[in-house]
Amino acid sequence: MTDTDDTPKIAVRGLKKAFGDNAVLRGLDLDLPAGQSLAVIGGSGTGKSVLIKSIIGLLEPDSGSIRIDGEETVGLAPGERERVTRKFGMLFQGAALFDSLPVWENVAFGLTQSRGMGRREARAAALEAMHMVGLDDDIADRAPAELSGGMQKRAGLARAIATRPEILFFDEPTTGLDPIMGSVIDNLIVKSVRELGATALTITHDMASARRIADNVAMIYQGRIVWHGPVTEIDHSGNDMVDQFINGRSIGPIQLQVAV
Amino acid sequence: MGFLASIGRGTIGIFATIGQITTFAAIGLSHCVRPPFYPRLILQQMIEIGYYSLPVVGLTAIFTGAVLALQSFSGFGFAGEATIANVVVWGITRELGPVLAGLMVAGRIGAAMAAEIGTMRVTEQIDALTTLSTNPYKYLVAPRLIAGIAMLPLLVMVADIIGVLGGFLVSIFDFGFNPTTYLKSTWDSLDATGFISGLVKAAVFGFLVALMGTYHGYHSKGGAQGVGQATTNAVVSASILLLLFNFIITAMFFAA
Repeated sequence: MTDTDDTPKIAVRGLKKAFGDNAVLRGLDLDLPAGQSLAVIGGSGTGKSVLIKSIIGLLEPDSGSIRIDGEETVGLAPGERERVTRKFGMLFQGAALFDSLPVWENVAFGLTQSRGMGRREARAAALEAMHMVGLDDDIADRAPAELSGGMQKRAGLARAIATRPEILFFDEPTTGLDPIMGSVIDNLIVKSVRELGATALTITHDMASARRIADNVAMIYQGRIVWHGPVTEIDHSGNDMVDQFINGRSIGPIQLQVAV
Repeated sequence: MGFLASIGRGTIGIFATIGQITTFAAIGLSHCVRPPFYPRLILQQMIEIGYYSLPVVGLTAIFTGAVLALQSFSGFGFAGEATIANVVVWGITRELGPVLAGLMVAGRIGAAMAAEIGTMRVTEQIDALTTLSTNPYKYLVAPRLIAGIAMLPLLVMVADIIGVLGGFLVSIFDFGFNPTTYLKSTWDSLDATGFISGLVKAAVFGFLVALMGTYHGYHSKGGAQGVGQATTNAVVSASILLLLFNFIITAMFFAA
């Protein structure tokens, strides 16, 4: 982790979240300095999605602290939460485009609904965001269902960056894409994050994607961060769990429960 | 002990569900009266609920009015214009108009709402709304509640007119009644309390249908199967609540 005197953009301390008897996060600590791109890696069911949803405010943690720019966000009132959420942009795993709206209205949604921008101005801003991710004007009026998976991801990315957020979240950005399209999306993510000067948090189990996107990598296992360091050091982490995960070995300290 | 525990768990579960629905309704209603409003979405829902439900509600009403006239005529033996008109008007405006329109809308709109919002839930579109600083209650729930409360009374007024027309057509062409006399009897049978109680019922039914559709859609989980379950639950719970509240409102208006 990079040492800095600045307040971390995101600081998570002792985060716990359980669903019934299933304790997913078990006292997770994580710092993300401003301007850094961090990839959280880990297997399915280790708590990656719960972590990101807790930070965004979609899930209420059982205990612990989440600070955004030093401000505690756990237990914020809805109005205050909305103010913090304005700093965020998110690309969802399945893009999560609104079926009932054409592509440009999806991209402009944050501008028209929460920032009160007029439709004409918002359309121009949406087209600009679409150009940033390589989408042409001629798909602006199409329905999301008419787009391929890769184009939906691009439109989702355009929507995430259209409001020029300070913090970008990426939930499994390459899942469901072929390797070439996955690489294209990763490059667009890197380009967008750099152009905006944003802080980025990505959760993924795609190591190729993590290496392309991130400055730093944190590995989550059984609800805790078990390793955190620069992406350049991941092949020499000295952590058996990281070695097993990045090399995709079935034998090692990570035990997968396989139903018979 | 196991038997008693299961009764206890079931009872707690029922009260928990009632509490969740009440909280959901209170939050949804609070967003109906607090800005920002979404007039385009409200209008869209009004068209969906009001305009596109007209054919099914109209057909239901005309056949129900006609059958009511037929049954009354055969049930009462020989009955004159006044009796048949009275039964049709009272039956349609007080009970059958609002209840049947409500049930039809529950099947058509409640199911559609649950399916649409449920799909949005399982595809993370509702989460996306939140990340775009848009309150899902305000954007998805409030417009549907407003449209349901506003449009059901209008639909029921149309159903009342078409239902009475159904009775009129049977009475004139089947029983050979005098049209002028029948229409005068119809007008004389119309009472303000009965008509207004029907409209009050309609507004409550509209609220219940929209509430159940949005509630079950909002809380659906588990992919396509979960959305299907939410759709079924929305229609079944709306229908049962509708009949329960029909009894309560009828008792409030006419029990004394």
